[in-house]
Amino acid sequence: MSYGEVKALIGASFELEAGKVVGLVGMNGSGKSTLFKAIMGMIKTQSGSIEIFGEDPVLVRRKGGISYVPQSEEIDWSFPISVRDVVLMGRYGKMGPSRRAGSEDHLAVKEALERVELDEYANRQIGQLSGGQRKRAFLARAIAQEARILLLDEPFSGVDKKSEATIIKLIKGLASQGATILVSTHDLLALPQLADESILLMRRVLMHDTTKNILQPNNLALAFGIDVLARGDES
Amino acid sequence: MNLIDLILEPLSYDFMIRALITTLVAAIVGAVLSTWLVLIGWSLMGDAVSHAVLPGVVIAYIIDIPFAIGAALFGFLAVILIGVVRDTSRVKEDAAIGIVFTTLFALGLVLISVTPSQTNLTHIIFGNLLGVSWADVTQVIVLGAFTLGVLIYKSKDFTLFAFDPSHARAIGLNPKLIGAVLLALLALTSVVALQAVGVILVVAMLIIPGATAYLLTDRFSKMLIIAPVMASVAAVGGVYLSYYLDTASGGMVVLSQGAIFALVYLFSPRQGIIGKRVRVASLAKIARKLEAKAL
Repeated sequence: MSYGEVKALIGASFELEAGKVVGLVGMNGSGKSTLFKAIMGMIKTQSGSIEIFGEDPVLVRRKGGISYVPQSEEIDWSFPISVRDVVLMGRYGKMGPSRRAGSEDHLAVKEALERVELDEYANRQIGQLSGGQRKRAFLARAIAQEARILLLDEPFSGVDKKSEATIIKLIKGLASQGATILVSTHDLLALPQLADESILLMRRVLMHDTTKNILQPNNLALAFGIDVLARGDES
Repeated sequence: MNLIDLILEPLSYDFMIRALITTLVAAIVGAVLSTWLVLIGWSLMGDAVSHAVLPGVVIAYIIDIPFAIGAALFGFLAVILIGVVRDTSRVKEDAAIGIVFTTLFALGLVLISVTPSQTNLTHIIFGNLLGVSWADVTQVIVLGAFTLGVLIYKSKDFTLFAFDPSHARAIGLNPKLIGAVLLALLALTSVVALQAVGVILVVAMLIIPGATAYLLTDRFSKMLIIAPVMASVAAVGGVYLSYYLDTASGGMVVLSQGAIFALVYLFSPRQGIIGKRVRVASLAKIARKLEAKAL
């Protein structure tokens, strides 16, 4: 996978088991977003292939199998849309071409909002929510979509500790019901509670192991490029 | 002369009825489209496409095919050229837009200058609302109804595209295709609106109503009502004003839209500059009263 001349990600081979939360760890520019974009089909892979449940990702997407929770910066929070309508967008793939919502869709939205505890905020404009509530609204969209794979891009940025705990609980609950969840994050402190296994990324997959092993200082040094010896020379 | 006479008198002229129908259709279609354009941030794209259709319209006139075909072709050509210049050189998008649409517009002007015609093609540039024929009105209604129909039928998809294109992709839709459909409708709307106000001012009808509605509500569904209502009021008001003041009708319609925007900008209860001040002042007053009571 590459943009122009620079290869953003090579040798990214890994397999995920269903029903697990997997952390995606790496510094900026390590290829986390590139990997998500490749799974979403936003950029083409130059070599290699992606299979989801043994199928072409295009087919899985059409069936509503994948849900993507974008980074906060990708969303225009002043957009005139209510929390309920954002969650309803999760059902669009299941509706007809004019996207008229049926009673089943409204029920799914109601249940999803209750599950993320945002039912009383359903009519608020999306930007009037706090950072943590915004993330939960997008998780509710994934729940309403009944997606089997969730891609969460930095779900803890701009989120306070209390909301973070709520979000972690939600993510684990979804995984226990069979969803496969890939979470990219800078937040290494929260990672052990969230994910049993993680992938360490630095333009390629360095390691795919238990989160405990990934978080060993010498492994993190590989991904974050902290050269221990060089630092010794400076001092 | 009472108010009813003031309203009815212009309607005794056929050309005024044709002018009113044409402006109303153009205003409503442009307003509905504008709600998405301002939210996506495509105002400049609206400017570009509405100008770039000019050579298409002139060529369509020369080889005697419907204006809409030529306009749509050149609208797309403009979008493609902008994409090519932006993606294959270090020139940024706003500059690419500026280069492409002015060049195409200039091509249109040159083509007009070498085309002998009975109907004056310069009317396309400045609009000739009082000179539209019943054939023109029919074309405007057919194109307008088609465009409005697609916009409303696919409105949920356009809103999804404007709000979160990556989700559109996640559920198996093609955001690029949705964007292309919206641009095609933009080209068609330009053809409809240029009959009313001319190529130069079309962009006003593609931006001002949506921007005005955006200042008044936090609900997209309400924007879809406020924008066309506002544009219709400005359209009818502008045509009547131009009749009584004996001024350019296209210009008057756009001027009315601008005036309504200015009022909303100043006095909107939520977003208005003065509305905000009034609210802050009244809050301060309540605070002072409470303070006085406490003492």
